[in-house]
Amino acid sequence: MQVPAPFEYERATTVDHAIGLLERLGSSARLVAGGHSLLPMMKLRLANFEYLIDINPLHEELGYIRFTGDEVRVGALTRHRELLESDELAAVFPIFRDAERVIADPVVRNRGTLGGSLCQADPSEDLSAVCTTLGASCVIRGPGGAERVVGMEEFHVGPYETAVGDDEMLIEVRVPVRPAGGSAYEKVERRAGDWAVVSAGAAVWLAGDGTVADARVGLAAVGPNTTGIPEISAALRGNAPAEELYDQAGAIAARSCDPVTDQRGSADYKRHLAHELTRRTLRKAVERARSGH
Amino acid sequence: MTAVQEPKLTTFDDNDQKPVGYGRMLRKEDPRLLRGRGRFTDDVQLPGMLHLAILRSPFAHARIVGIDTSAAEAAPGVRAVVTGAALAEQGLAWMPTLSNDVQAVLATDKVRFQGQEVAFVVADDRYQARDALELIDVEYDVLEPVVDVRKALEPDAPLIRDDLEGKTNNHCFDWETGDKDETDAVFARADVVVSTDVVYPRVHPAPMETCGAVADFDAVEGKLRLWSTTQAPHAHRTLYAIVAGLPEHKIQVIAPDIGGGFGNKVPIYPGYVCAIVASIVTGKPVKWMEDRSENLISTGFARDYIMRGEIAATRDGKILGIRTNVLADHGAFNGTAAPVKYPAGFFGVFTGSYDLEAAYCKMTAVYTNKAPGGVAYACSFRITEAVYLVERIVDTLAYELGMDPAELRLKNFIKPEQFPYTTKTGWVYDSGNYEPTMRLAMDMAGYADLRKEQEVKRANGELMGIGIAFFTEAVGAGPRKNMDILGLGMADGCELRVHPTGKAVVRLSVKTQGQGHETTFAQIVAEEIGIPPADIEVVHGDTDNTPFGLGTYGSRSTPVSGAAAALVARKVRDKAQIIASAMLEVTVADLEWEKGRFQVKGDPGKSVTIQDIAMRAHGAGDLPEGIEGGLEAQICYNPSNLTYPHGAYICVVDIDPGTAQVKVRRFIAVDDCGTRINPMIIEGQVHGGLTDGVGMALMEMIAFDEDGNCLGASLMDYLIPTSLEVPDWETGYTVTPSPHHPIGAKGVGESATVGSPPAIVNAVVDALKPFGVRHADMPLTPSRVWDAMRGQATPPI
Ligand SMILES: Cc1cc2nc3c(=O)[nH]c(=O)nc-3n(C[C@H](O)[C@H](O)[C@H](O)COP(=O)(O)OP(=O)(O)OC[C@H]3O[C@@H](n4cnc5c(N)ncnc54)[C@H](O)[C@@H]3O)c2cc1C
Repeated sequence: MQVPAPFEYERATTVDHAIGLLERLGSSARLVAGGHSLLPMMKLRLANFEYLIDINPLHEELGYIRFTGDEVRVGALTRHRELLESDELAAVFPIFRDAERVIADPVVRNRGTLGGSLCQADPSEDLSAVCTTLGASCVIRGPGGAERVVGMEEFHVGPYETAVGDDEMLIEVRVPVRPAGGSAYEKVERRAGDWAVVSAGAAVWLAGDGTVADARVGLAAVGPNTTGIPEISAALRGNAPAEELYDQAGAIAARSCDPVTDQRGSADYKRHLAHELTRRTLRKAVERARSGH
Repeated sequence: MTAVQEPKLTTFDDNDQKPVGYGRMLRKEDPRLLRGRGRFTDDVQLPGMLHLAILRSPFAHARIVGIDTSAAEAAPGVRAVVTGAALAEQGLAWMPTLSNDVQAVLATDKVRFQGQEVAFVVADDRYQARDALELIDVEYDVLEPVVDVRKALEPDAPLIRDDLEGKTNNHCFDWETGDKDETDAVFARADVVVSTDVVYPRVHPAPMETCGAVADFDAVEGKLRLWSTTQAPHAHRTLYAIVAGLPEHKIQVIAPDIGGGFGNKVPIYPGYVCAIVASIVTGKPVKWMEDRSENLISTGFARDYIMRGEIAATRDGKILGIRTNVLADHGAFNGTAAPVKYPAGFFGVFTGSYDLEAAYCKMTAVYTNKAPGGVAYACSFRITEAVYLVERIVDTLAYELGMDPAELRLKNFIKPEQFPYTTKTGWVYDSGNYEPTMRLAMDMAGYADLRKEQEVKRANGELMGIGIAFFTEAVGAGPRKNMDILGLGMADGCELRVHPTGKAVVRLSVKTQGQGHETTFAQIVAEEIGIPPADIEVVHGDTDNTPFGLGTYGSRSTPVSGAAAALVARKVRDKAQIIASAMLEVTVADLEWEKGRFQVKGDPGKSVTIQDIAMRAHGAGDLPEGIEGGLEAQICYNPSNLTYPHGAYICVVDIDPGTAQVKVRRFIAVDDCGTRINPMIIEGQVHGGLTDGVGMALMEMIAFDEDGNCLGASLMDYLIPTSLEVPDWETGYTVTPSPHHPIGAKGVGESATVGSPPAIVNAVVDALKPFGVRHADMPLTPSRVWDAMRGQATPPI
């Protein structure tokens, strides 16, 4: 049994209680949500924190998927499993279900949360890639109830680093809903439940004439953070969807990413996957947009 | 005899109808294990028990300059902090390995691999022990490590084993087998010679339960009780007696339930010795349970062979000879657990299932700055490596000749009438009938149709591969005259006692780690004396309560202890027959045995059951002249030869041409392990082994960076397969009994682990044929397959 270093533990009863504790305890404290990223690091003693503030009691308050019409709002404590099982979410953004099917295993999905995934800011995190693809924004709350909203690009500051301050907390993720959209996610992994070698998400919105009104691609595990690639969006916009176009987008993806060689694969291979998976997900996203998914 | 029919077996689907003897029955141990009532080493709780944690080296190679333990000693709950220097004062800093080398219990001079044991802390609870490790201050002088095995023998390579007197290089041993000149001559006249460099990377058995021990030394009695995760309790007891100088009768080794072994739990690890020392020092029971990372980085790894395989044949596909050269990475200490006279294990069976004219192997083993081990992970003493090599190079030959790999194999099999067959490396294969096994596998697979499907797919740019592997294993060590572990002959004792009411207890020296011994051995005894398996208690894993024997590994339990169990039961039956003759007032010769009873020949109505006889044997009445009371016997079985199970495996894979991901679509496994005792247990063993094979072929590898850091220190980094990576296994069987085994059974515990990796790799290479790929090394991760597709396959190390 791997045992973490000693720490103190407190259960938060409200969001403001959690933020109050963070304010008081400073950087020696960490929130624990699903714990599936934080606790393994603590057990391996790669991370040692003096205090853990358990926010699981806030699941009532922060575990939700709400549809406002022009936005889907997902509470930070919404679990992987809830994202996977929500038919309403899958109807609007099938990319979530695609991704959740290949994230970890049922045990991890039962506990792991959307907020924890984004705040972990692991470059291989699948939900970060999904949120990047969808151009989501993050609601961050601080002391005194102050809230600010930041886009995914600003949210991830670097690997394992986010815009969330020591005394702040991510409470909600907002995903804009636009008409005639389709989305998809694909991941290459060495084994079920493993982190991505590379994964890609694509979202496409079609204009009335069938051309691409807008499109976004998000990649994971090919750079310091999951990256949206504006150049791809620019190349796709206004064009009729076609294999050559996906290929062109894939080539941009391969060129724009910055993978490293590691146990999961060589940098060359990952670049190739960025290309291949961009193509595949764009193709599927367009099919879905056309068929009304 | 070969047949696809189960011989004299009754098949039962559930336990309501219990077979008396062989047949499919649910495992007797499973209710306990499934209901959480198993008792594993970590479940052992003793009054006043302390906890031990081990400080390990962060470096692969470094000199220890000094160790300051004062802060750790002052930490809360800490009872003792022990370093190598302290052990050295007791002469306990080093211990013998199972291969006549020595290994540091705690490092005194240098650390020689990352994860090596440096010091230990004993504290009131395991958290305090672990926390105190952080307070031990070790000053290291970091040395250049030897990581690349190919450079280990270079003249300027750093010297790892400067503890060995006169040692000036990293050479561990040389070994050869077969006839070099004869083989060279065969190669010189062959039409075709194919040479391939093949790597079997370092992998780890990664049992679910890690290693650990609870040591309880009673100073008053002078007795040591040791609960430990050991596959070989008796061998361990004797070794502790030798290492620790404790009298053997004062040592009791208890192996409780074990959560998987695969050879990982054969060696004696420093942690066990530390726990013993700690209990002696503190006068309290001490528990040591390693964590997952410790298990992966420091305990017995497997494989790590770099092999050049050469195969010579005639143009029409008659294989003439095999020549091989092996560079073996043994890590920092030679901790291989193999019979002493077999430093390369049973690698000599690299001639496979083929009738050759000549064969030769030359092996060089070296030390590197990596964890010791080498024989583990269901390898049947290196037969995994041997079978992988031969089955891979036979496929390269098929490629070269443009011949179907199944046809090539069929053409070269040893023929049934050639058994017993002596190979060119001196192994005497007891029995085999290969062609029907191969044909059955091909029928089950629909081989011809698969090839047609492949042709169509290839034309469409789809990548489909069909891989074949045919293996012959050599399992069940001894005989004792050839095979010993540190002088202990590989023979097994067995005791059987029938109680007055006709229930029985059988005591074994072998120890299950999940193989189902409590069921299989009850069935073996049941078959012989007609007492239902449910009425037979199997006692094992406790040296005070079982006869001596060498333990469970190398698929030896059924070949050796299984024979012992059958023979001891026959001995009991012979005595029962004498008692029965008195009870029925006829001569012994007038009786015949009908499972469970003796009856008078020609008058089956006149009979006594084994239960009646048991009561009589223990009763107050007279027994025949010269017959003692009781109904029990004991034997020690020394096998006259190994048993040689074989099998034909066919794997079908699909590869995504865009991502290079391999999907194992089908896997057909036809095993021939001789007489089948419990087919369900056999299938379970096969399913597990095939899953292992998928792991090794596609994802598993213990890798190191250039500084010697182990890159596989968690199950997030060292991947083992899940149910999603494996297909529905399609199993079949033929039955070719072993002629020398009392019930004709051969071992099967490792067959599938041995046979499946080459089938999968052959399938992947076959799928990649359109790219001209002739070989690609494991693990065939998507990235490495993609490299191969582009003609850039590289060895993994
Ligand atoms: C075996 C295994 C396999 C996995 N495989 C994958 C995979 O394939 N793909 C994948 O994407 N992920 C994978 N994961 C990670 C998994 O998805 C985690 O659940 C997720 O990364 C973190 O979510 P969590 O709720 O568990 O976060 P925690 O571990 O609780 O927290 C992670 C970090 O986020 C912070 N945090 C959490 N919530 C908030 C909040 N609301 N506001 C501010 N900070 C917060 C914590 O303080 C901590 O620093 C895997 C994990 C495991 C154990």
